[in-house]
Amino acid sequence: MTLMIASGHIIEITYLIATALFVLSLKWLSSPVTARHGVWAGEAGMALAIIGTLLHQGIVDYRWIAIGLVLGTIIGVPLGRVAMTAVPQRTALSHAFGALCVTLVGTSEFYLQAPHVPAFLMSVLSLEVILGALTLTGSLMAAGKLQEVLPQRPITYKGQNFVNLGLLAIAIGIAVMLVQHPEKTYLFPVMIGIPLVFGVMMIIPIGGADMPTVISLLNSYAGLSAAAMGFVLGSKLLIVAGALDGASGFILSVNMSKAMNRSFTNVLFGAFGQEQKAPAGTKEARPVRSASPEEAAGILTAASKVVIVPGYGMAVAQAQHKVRELYDALTKRGVDVKFGIHPVAGRMPGHMNVLLAEADIPYDKLLEMDDINGDFPQTDVALIIGANDVTNPAAREDKTSPIYGMPILDVDKAHTVMVIKRSMGAGFAGIENPLYYMDKTLMLFGDARNFVGSIVREISGGHN
Amino acid sequence: MKLDLMTGLYVFMLAAFIGFEVIRRVSPLLHTPLMSLTNALDAIAVVGAIILAGEGKSTLATILGTIAIVSATSNIVGGFIITDRMLKMFKASGPRKP
Repeated sequence: MTLMIASGHIIEITYLIATALFVLSLKWLSSPVTARHGVWAGEAGMALAIIGTLLHQGIVDYRWIAIGLVLGTIIGVPLGRVAMTAVPQRTALSHAFGALCVTLVGTSEFYLQAPHVPAFLMSVLSLEVILGALTLTGSLMAAGKLQEVLPQRPITYKGQNFVNLGLLAIAIGIAVMLVQHPEKTYLFPVMIGIPLVFGVMMIIPIGGADMPTVISLLNSYAGLSAAAMGFVLGSKLLIVAGALDGASGFILSVNMSKAMNRSFTNVLFGAFGQEQKAPAGTKEARPVRSASPEEAAGILTAASKVVIVPGYGMAVAQAQHKVRELYDALTKRGVDVKFGIHPVAGRMPGHMNVLLAEADIPYDKLLEMDDINGDFPQTDVALIIGANDVTNPAAREDKTSPIYGMPILDVDKAHTVMVIKRSMGAGFAGIENPLYYMDKTLMLFGDARNFVGSIVREISGGHN
Repeated sequence: MKLDLMTGLYVFMLAAFIGFEVIRRVSPLLHTPLMSLTNALDAIAVVGAIILAGEGKSTLATILGTIAIVSATSNIVGGFIITDRMLKMFKASGPRKP
């Protein structure tokens, strides 16, 4: 008996320390200088909590635990080694894995306790599995769209929101019934099945440009479902970890929604990509000025201040390393080069920063929208690589534009604007960009990586 | 492990506040590693799965518990590896010689 109490206390103490380490881990992430300590603190807390749990008196068989830990490691290592461009889909996939774990644990808990499940337990358990199940399929769908296994274009149909909200309402209704009558165990699979379908339906109307918001939202759901699981299991550690993850996902979703000037509900129920279909017929061939790599190189080397604005197109073309060469070539000639990063550039929060850091560009050259926007009027050249909507002045001026009100990078205030783009096709959201028709704008048509490569050759060729 | 509802709610509320305050200060530069790190920390749900798989209370619980351990562990291992890989890449311009 005394031994049991002692080991119970040891477990609780490992959990307490783990909790503290988790908070520290996120605190150290506030700056790139201390960020790696954050990972170590997280790892230490995790290891401690797992060792503590293995001491648990109730565990009679370690075989399955060992098998699970080994298999999980075998799957986890390659998932930790994916290319940096694949990070958004990896993140979505890991949200799915987290949600799978939570849903499975919740399911087992239900069948272990049924038919006598106390009302409070049944409520949090329902919350846990509903959130878990919709995050599971939602994240798998998001991962599929990001990996381009599934069509990236949003798919919408009449009454979509009605169907989705209806599904969710039915799931909640069943949860309420189960809280009152937990002995009706046949309702439980239905309560899991509906949010599984809802998760798929929720992502169907989401386009690529909305992915940063959606990934953040799914992150938040995954955290909340883990916190609910903490209530089910009576684990404070899990409640804290879930609350931290939920808060993080929530903050990121709010940031992303703000950066697109849209509300949560609008992202989930709006389906962006459709709006511009109608005026497409009125499109006339307006004249644009284009330039060769040679001319672009000339203008860039004559500049004293250059701001590069990367977007998802840079990631697709894998142009980040060529961009680094351009950065080096220009910096060597005394040109001041900075990067302007829009919060929703790319497919997840912070996506561009990671790609540019991978290419060895110092992080103090990567500036957020609010920090760089004041610089554009004094900027000689704004070079846009694979970004479109986040530079569209229509967001500031044209009240009829679907992106009106969205904060943008004010590239049009620079003296010269250069846009690397494959063709004149509209961007992902299908919105016409008046920036391309301005007198100071030069279109550089071609693949981002090849074009930047040619500019670099011109610059270094001219130099030697 | 007993936990009454009110204690649980207090823990949740305080943790959420700490979470907001701490995470608000994370530079947008690091938002991708933030997401992969919180994802790894969230996989602490593995402790619940371990107990489930180890207690052997029912075959279903053992099977589902083991699958849950696999999915959570892959998040822990993968999440920490990729977060560290990303953070290693962030370098200041000071010591760098072009």
